[in-house]
Amino acid sequence: MRKSSYRVAAGLAVIALLAAGCSSDKAAEDTAATEETVAADPQLEIFTWWSSGGEALGLAGMESVFKTNNADTEYVNASIAGGAGVNAKAVLTSRLEANDPPDSFQAHAGMELDGYVKSGKLEDLTDLYKSEGWDTIFPADLIKTLTVDGKIYSVPVNIHRANVLWWNPATATKAGITAAPATLDEFFADLEKFKKAGITGLALAGNGDWAIAHLMDYILLASLGSDSYEGLFKGTTSWTGPEVAAALKNFQKALSYGNKGAGNLDWPDAGKLVTSGKAGFFIMGDWASAQWQSEGLVLGTDYTWAPAPGTVGVYQWLSDSFTLPIGAKHRNAGLAWLKVCGSKEGQDAFNPKKGSISARTDSDPSVYDDYLKAAMEMWKTDRLVGSTVHGVNGNNALMAAYNTAVGKYFSGGFKDNAGLAKDLDAAYMAGQA
Amino acid sequence: MATVQSKQVSARIGGFFFVLPSILAIAIFVYGMIAYTFNVSLTNRNSASVKDIKHVGFKNYTELFADERFIHALGNLLKFTGVFLVGTLLSGFIMALLLEKGVAGEGLFRSFYLYPMAISFIAMGTVWRWLLNSSRDGDAGGLNLVLQKIGLGFLQNDWYLSPRGAMFAMAVPAIWQMSGYVMALFLAGFRGIPDDLREAARVDGASEFKIYRHVLFPQLSPTFLTVLIILGHISMKVFDLIIGISGKSYVTDVLAVYMWQVTFDITNFAKGASIAMIILFLVAIVVIPYLSHVNKTEREN
Repeated sequence: MRKSSYRVAAGLAVIALLAAGCSSDKAAEDTAATEETVAADPQLEIFTWWSSGGEALGLAGMESVFKTNNADTEYVNASIAGGAGVNAKAVLTSRLEANDPPDSFQAHAGMELDGYVKSGKLEDLTDLYKSEGWDTIFPADLIKTLTVDGKIYSVPVNIHRANVLWWNPATATKAGITAAPATLDEFFADLEKFKKAGITGLALAGNGDWAIAHLMDYILLASLGSDSYEGLFKGTTSWTGPEVAAALKNFQKALSYGNKGAGNLDWPDAGKLVTSGKAGFFIMGDWASAQWQSEGLVLGTDYTWAPAPGTVGVYQWLSDSFTLPIGAKHRNAGLAWLKVCGSKEGQDAFNPKKGSISARTDSDPSVYDDYLKAAMEMWKTDRLVGSTVHGVNGNNALMAAYNTAVGKYFSGGFKDNAGLAKDLDAAYMAGQA
Repeated sequence: MATVQSKQVSARIGGFFFVLPSILAIAIFVYGMIAYTFNVSLTNRNSASVKDIKHVGFKNYTELFADERFIHALGNLLKFTGVFLVGTLLSGFIMALLLEKGVAGEGLFRSFYLYPMAISFIAMGTVWRWLLNSSRDGDAGGLNLVLQKIGLGFLQNDWYLSPRGAMFAMAVPAIWQMSGYVMALFLAGFRGIPDDLREAARVDGASEFKIYRHVLFPQLSPTFLTVLIILGHISMKVFDLIIGISGKSYVTDVLAVYMWQVTFDITNFAKGASIAMIILFLVAIVVIPYLSHVNKTEREN
């Protein structure tokens, strides 16, 4: 009897505590949202899934810039240590749904933010762009893509390039390839040369489907050209028309030069096929370079690069960006963080380590490696087109369906082109819903 | 008389208060959450596109059954369950049968077979991802390499990358992990049968085969049912094994993985909740008849 009443008391106490916890959280949020405090916030809580390698080092660089500018604010990185993006994203989703957002969180710039914008989770940052001068210092194409109904909701900290061709110079010499292929025709001719030399032409990574979708995304761009490609996501180019059908034929042909057992591999495994001389070409974003350098490989001797064939003069970009959630507890600290994210100082501290370039057109080339230096030049002059697989062109629903369509096609032995076109059309529609 | 009765009553009330906290906790965190999820599944709550949340009836469910990927995931799950159940039952039962006679070093074998259970699905998935590598011949690794080395090279295959056989391959690690546990349950079942019965059958002149067939096996049917239920509900909820081996690849998609993706990647909560309810329903089909059966037999006893 006695014991049981203790239990009851304990149980009730727990419930009471839970209830109290919930209500006080809400109250705190309400005041934070309405009050405009001038004094520095005691804390900044950011949420990213950069926890290892160059990403973590780059983030640490930005962190130290932030600390220099905001000595009174404690910097807290709320990311889940050890958890990949998959896990962190689930935690972030739960917190946003519970109206308990961090002061800033990481997301790909572009349509990937669409859901957050539509459900009213993000603050409009257009004024910040004006006061910081970002509207003129970021390329006009980029600003255009970031703007939704006249408003901008995130600050890009870096730019990655998706359409890059990588290869190992020694392997190319073996196959008798002397220059980088500039067009799709030359690309296929070189793949044939690799095949004749007994080398797998193209390294593929199928685990999780996205890296195959990445390849298709590039081949669509190369086959259709920038305008028609962008039209796919505006409804002006048909997914089921002859243009896409021809592009998918190219995709099918490229896959036929791929390695066996690609479905088991993640992209670093496929990359190893190239650097170790087992495969010829590799289409992957420029984070591959950072990965290989961390393995001790040398740009120019162990591996080299060119703009992916058929897309010379086109920069298919993606960008990591930070946001300001509505109801952030330390809004001023969040704003101060975004100022660091967009600044020349912050971006030049972050990007050389992350292996990406600054989104700004005025950054200092001397701190970047040779690949990145060349990329910076192209970023200023190339036509800029977004990447679909990495969140620029379509929202999360579109991306998930896009990857699924490709995964289905690839795991089925890449035979059903008409089915793929139909599934891609459905993916586009899923993004419009 | 009266004091005995009042003692019984007070004991009952005391007992009730004793379990009240757990009743409350279960009411809130299990049944409350189920009701909440069900309610969400009837709305259009979708952070990716909807601002005004309202009830839409069973629209999400009807849409799911027209969703090709959902059907694919459901089909995969049923295939997986079939192979997993049959494989685990067979191998567990055979191991129990072999050990039942009391071989030398039985304890060693028992723990040997049980050890896989101690590994989490996710860790096991990572290891089996290497073992189930689909590269062959010169590049082979994992099981394909083993098959080559023992002269069974013609058995090399694509494992979970083969569109038809994917879920069969996925069931292999699950069978490997759970069959030791099933063995232990069956072994306990065998040991629970009194020796007198065997003696009596032998005296009556029954052959050893007949003793198993007509005396021992029928007495194992409650164990069999228990095993079936335990494996069935594990199978319906399978998530970490799939994620560990093939990530979110289309070819091995199952309901729990799809639910995760719809909920957290696409943030379509209503659709995610609908898939969750369907998983719950599938598990319930397996578990509820068993629970009512157990309740009935307990009451009879």
